Amino acid sequence: MASFLVLFVGLLVMGGLYAGLTSAGTASAAGTDDSPQAIAKGRALFLEGCASCHGLNAQGGSNAPTLIGVGAASVDFQVGTGRMPLAAPGVQAKRGHVSYTQDEISALAAYVASLAPGPAIPSAEELDFEQANLQQGGQLFRTNCAQCHNYNGAGGALANGQAAPSLKDATPQQMFTAMLTGPGAMPVFANSTIAVEDKQAIIKYITTIRTSPNPGGMALGRVGPVSEGLFLWVVGLGAVTGVAVWIGAKTS
Amino acid sequence: MSHHSHDLEPAAHGGEHPDNPLAPGLPQHKLRRTDVDPRAAKRAERQISLMFVIGTLAPIVFFFLYVYIPGDKLILIPFIGQTSASNFFLGMTMGVGLFCVGAGAIHWAKKLMPDVEEVAERHPIRGTDEDRATAVAHFNEGVEDSGFGQYKLIRRTLLGALAATPLFAVPLLKDLGPMPGDKLRNTLWDKDIRIVSDVTLNPLKPSDIPFGGLVSCVPENLEKVEEETGNLNARAKVPVVLVRLRPDEIRAQQGPNWDYQGILCYSKICTHVGCPTALYDQKAHTLLCPCHQSTFDLADAGHVIFGPAARSMPQLAITVDSEGYLVARGDFTQPIGPSFWERG
Repeated sequence: MASFLVLFVGLLVMGGLYAGLTSAGTASAAGTDDSPQAIAKGRALFLEGCASCHGLNAQGGSNAPTLIGVGAASVDFQVGTGRMPLAAPGVQAKRGHVSYTQDEISALAAYVASLAPGPAIPSAEELDFEQANLQQGGQLFRTNCAQCHNYNGAGGALANGQAAPSLKDATPQQMFTAMLTGPGAMPVFANSTIAVEDKQAIIKYITTIRTSPNPGGMALGRVGPVSEGLFLWVVGLGAVTGVAVWIGAKTS
Repeated sequence: MSHHSHDLEPAAHGGEHPDNPLAPGLPQHKLRRTDVDPRAAKRAERQISLMFVIGTLAPIVFFFLYVYIPGDKLILIPFIGQTSASNFFLGMTMGVGLFCVGAGAIHWAKKLMPDVEEVAERHPIRGTDEDRATAVAHFNEGVEDSGFGQYKLIRRTLLGALAATPLFAVPLLKDLGPMPGDKLRNTLWDKDIRIVSDVTLNPLKPSDIPFGGLVSCVPENLEKVEEETGNLNARAKVPVVLVRLRPDEIRAQQGPNWDYQGILCYSKICTHVGCPTALYDQKAHTLLCPCHQSTFDLADAGHVIFGPAARSMPQLAITVDSEGYLVARGDFTQPIGPSFWERG
């Protein structure tokens, strides 16, 4: 009877390991502020925090790209997700702690946008995806995004140590600016190839699938057969093996 | 035990050859607690009965839960998360009920049923001479009774029927066809067919394609052909990707000036086993296949730089039409997708 209880406790502990964590993304202001004050404030912040790598005039350096022409959208994405300032050199910048306030990010974006024309931060109107076509969003996501970000946005491995990040914490604005600017290895999905209403549809699809319930419980990361197979191999076969050992054990 | 005492006998405890380490025999039989302590036996009896009682109650509870829990009700279960109440409780009652019946039976066998080791010697596989002679006699008797040697007409027609049977297989094998003909070598792409974005089917101008961009495309006539044929066969062959490189970044192409102002058009179908390949690294200009990590360098004529694919990603020559939209200059010059036997 004791071994039998140990088996049950073991199964419960195994199941407990799969409890997930959730966290909310940060909100940020839509649109680009192009007032001279914002640009001056952004330049001061730039010289203090960014110029050591990106150069005094944002012309780029030996280990950092030029920021002339990357646009406000790029700054909003890179700084707003905590990818910049870069925590440490590596194959790719990772989502991390956001070092600047929303005002400071807007100022930095205004400064970089003043250097040369580039993709702007989408307006609140462009980000309003309530009326978007969810079904078309799913088709567009599977055609353009799913190959790297996984069919439910869980992310996945790429070549040379890179990885497509999970879209779990991405805000609609960050999804929009990522498509506009193509950060890192990600291709650019400009408004000329994926129109604004198509981007809204994609954002609606992502926000819909990540809040949809799991009728079967235990989503296991929702990445399909790999995590489900691992769970069955470890927990399922573990339980079967445990029962077989119990059946075969000598009774004292 | 009397009915099988001729082939089962209590094992010789302590071993028949205690000095031979290779055949030590069975260890000394030890009595269980339930064999010597009547209270332990009584407790085991109650435990087993309790499991069977749970096995009795669980289906009844299951039935009532099935009736009373609405199918769309969600509840929060610790460690499992938000889940369907019906799924969870029906699964738990069924699982616990069936498990208790099985576990009770095993607990019964382990605690209360006799656990004295017994030895069953192996029998020779060969039958006795007597049995073998009887079997042969029965067979010959059957042949004799059937008159197989006597009725020549029956024998020959039966043999004829058996000989003709393989003909049934001919149409069945034929229906594995028809052979694909030239279908593996042709796609819908042709001269002046517009390259439109997949899903939204918008025609594209060169100025629409940004540097570092990736556009998944199909031919403009795909939707019409799919409606006419009523199937998706054409779609399997036509997907392409458009990417734009600066002209000095393009080291090689599969034909002279097959690009248009640095816009390159390559098949999306992996030449290994045909997965859609669109993991495009805009910095390295490589297309990675998610199935087996074949990697194609689009700046260098689509050559394979990693993975199991044996052939370059086929390139489609493009230009613009009179209205300035991107069009194909013709079909692919080689079969797209995985290798096949007659490909050469």
